[in-house]
Amino acid sequence: MLLVGPLVLFMLVFYALPVLAMLGRSVFDPHPTLANFQQLASDGVFLHVFGNTLVTSFIVTVGTLLLGYPVALALSRMRAMAAAVTLMVVLLPFWTSVLVRSYAWMVLLGRHGLINEALLAFNVIDSPLRLLNTSFAVHLAMIHILLPYMILPLAAVLRQIDPALSRAAAGLGASPRSVFRQVILPLSMPGVLAGTLLVFVLSIGFYITPVLVGGPRDIMLSQLIAQQVDLLNWPYAACLSVTLLAATLGLLALAQTLPGVRSALRMGLR
Amino acid sequence: MDGSFGLLAPTVSPPGRGAKISLVGLEKRFDGVGAVRGISLEIASGEFLTLLGPSGSGKTTTLMMIAGFETPTEGDIAIDGRSVIGTPPHRRNIGMVFQNYALFPHLTVAENIAFPLKQRGINRSERARLVDATLAMVQLPGYGARYPRQLSGGQQQRVALARAMVFQPRLLLMDEPLGALDKQLRESLQLEMRRLHAELGITFVYVTHDQEEALVMSDRIAVVHEGLIAQCGAPEELYNQPANRFVASFIGESNFLTGVVRGTAGGVVAVDCGGALLCAATEGTPSVGSAVTLSTRPERMRFADGTAPGQRENRLRAVVTEVIFAGERCRYLLRTASGETIVLKEASGATQRRRSPGETAELAWSVTDTVMV
Repeated sequence: MLLVGPLVLFMLVFYALPVLAMLGRSVFDPHPTLANFQQLASDGVFLHVFGNTLVTSFIVTVGTLLLGYPVALALSRMRAMAAAVTLMVVLLPFWTSVLVRSYAWMVLLGRHGLINEALLAFNVIDSPLRLLNTSFAVHLAMIHILLPYMILPLAAVLRQIDPALSRAAAGLGASPRSVFRQVILPLSMPGVLAGTLLVFVLSIGFYITPVLVGGPRDIMLSQLIAQQVDLLNWPYAACLSVTLLAATLGLLALAQTLPGVRSALRMGLR
Repeated sequence: MDGSFGLLAPTVSPPGRGAKISLVGLEKRFDGVGAVRGISLEIASGEFLTLLGPSGSGKTTTLMMIAGFETPTEGDIAIDGRSVIGTPPHRRNIGMVFQNYALFPHLTVAENIAFPLKQRGINRSERARLVDATLAMVQLPGYGARYPRQLSGGQQQRVALARAMVFQPRLLLMDEPLGALDKQLRESLQLEMRRLHAELGITFVYVTHDQEEALVMSDRIAVVHEGLIAQCGAPEELYNQPANRFVASFIGESNFLTGVVRGTAGGVVAVDCGGALLCAATEGTPSVGSAVTLSTRPERMRFADGTAPGQRENRLRAVVTEVIFAGERCRYLLRTASGETIVLKEASGATQRRRSPGETAELAWSVTDTVMV
């Protein structure tokens, strides 16, 4: 236990205390009051941004689920060699910095970006499409960046499903579609929940990507916090931070109550 | 499909309730390695046939080909006269039981058993009736609401059996279903399966490496060795007249005595085994001077010191090397003059005195119990 001491001290001084101090400003600045939160509840900007954050995160989560499930399914059925290669391909963007990937999307989606240039060259369009600085761009880029977080826990759970179950189901008369719907899908639910939770929690806190590829109406909560800090509006920024933190912790707590999620999260990390 | 399932069974199974299976020249190669190298077999309707062999012999691969999970490299499989080679497993209408049960963990026992019925579009009330009838048949009435993880190994196996039988298939395939259970449970389930087979009258194809299990349950046993059938016949036939050395040593225990043929007459061959002249029943006419191996069962031998040789009896002198008491029986290991090891098994309650290591003894056994392999 003593060995953990220095680390705990470090975390306390350089992480816990500053965070607590920052969060404290929401209720202690200038004197103990809940007025800051009351203000927040009726603030139109905040409500719009918070709503947008939730909606965007929801769309991104659904997107990663729909795109990631087939990949995870294919991964779970591959032989060791092919699975290793595919896993590498899935993880490669995972290891690239978020900043670099977001910039890459700017290059792809810009007025003079690769997509527009290609479409113009093939005469599919007459003038460049407005792809960048839209909600579409935010959704697309975030889905791309968060896909590995959906694929990995899903693939882990799917791989663990006993292949004898599929064979047994087929032998008992289930067509391949029925085998998927009645056996694989229900058994993959812990993975689906784990992936969904992970992606959603990460989405609501996203900063760089919406800033770089989104428009003024796509502002998410973290952006608002950054803006307010720039304006030295500490109490407001602190309130927003508390809201974000509370939402995240609330979701995690809720998920812990769901059966199988905890074990799925552990499997995803292994 | 007849809905009177679960009523008292007739003592004689009506003809045609079970599928007739034809395996013709089956071969299966994996990356150039022949797992099955030419298996041909006719399985009669309602028969209990066991594929018996050591691991890697090809018996499970053969079963998987019948089920449709493996495609033969060569050869044909016909069920009830129709080739099933192109038919996917889910359309073959075969019941299957696996070694690790493969029960669906997210469904209750009743839902597991109802699964094949659901695939066949049977309505809810009919499903419930059939599930209850089948649960009663495997002696697990009232277990419907439980989950597989709440059951013991033996109970899980019975649920797997119920699930494979509930849709009244004409063929039931079983891949070492009792392998994971302890001896007592295995033996009671073996008898239960025999009973079920007699009641249902459908064809059972059973895969196992346990020769005792095969002897207890089967109508016929096909001994599989290195991808080929070494011998196929009724249990007693395989035990008393093994066709080759592999069958003789795989099924039960055998003593092998090598020697040179001295002559044949009237279905009996005389062989010189290290000085002793022994006789065996034979159908062919092996040439004089050829080297052969005789085989006999340890429990067919007896100690015969001092008694006169009987009619059609073989006699051999050997030295006792080890005495092993094993409860019911006493095993003697002996060495012949030519250095070969023999085992003699006698009931431990026998009135004769126990021999000791180092003693010379005279062994006797019947010529009819001796085979040339």
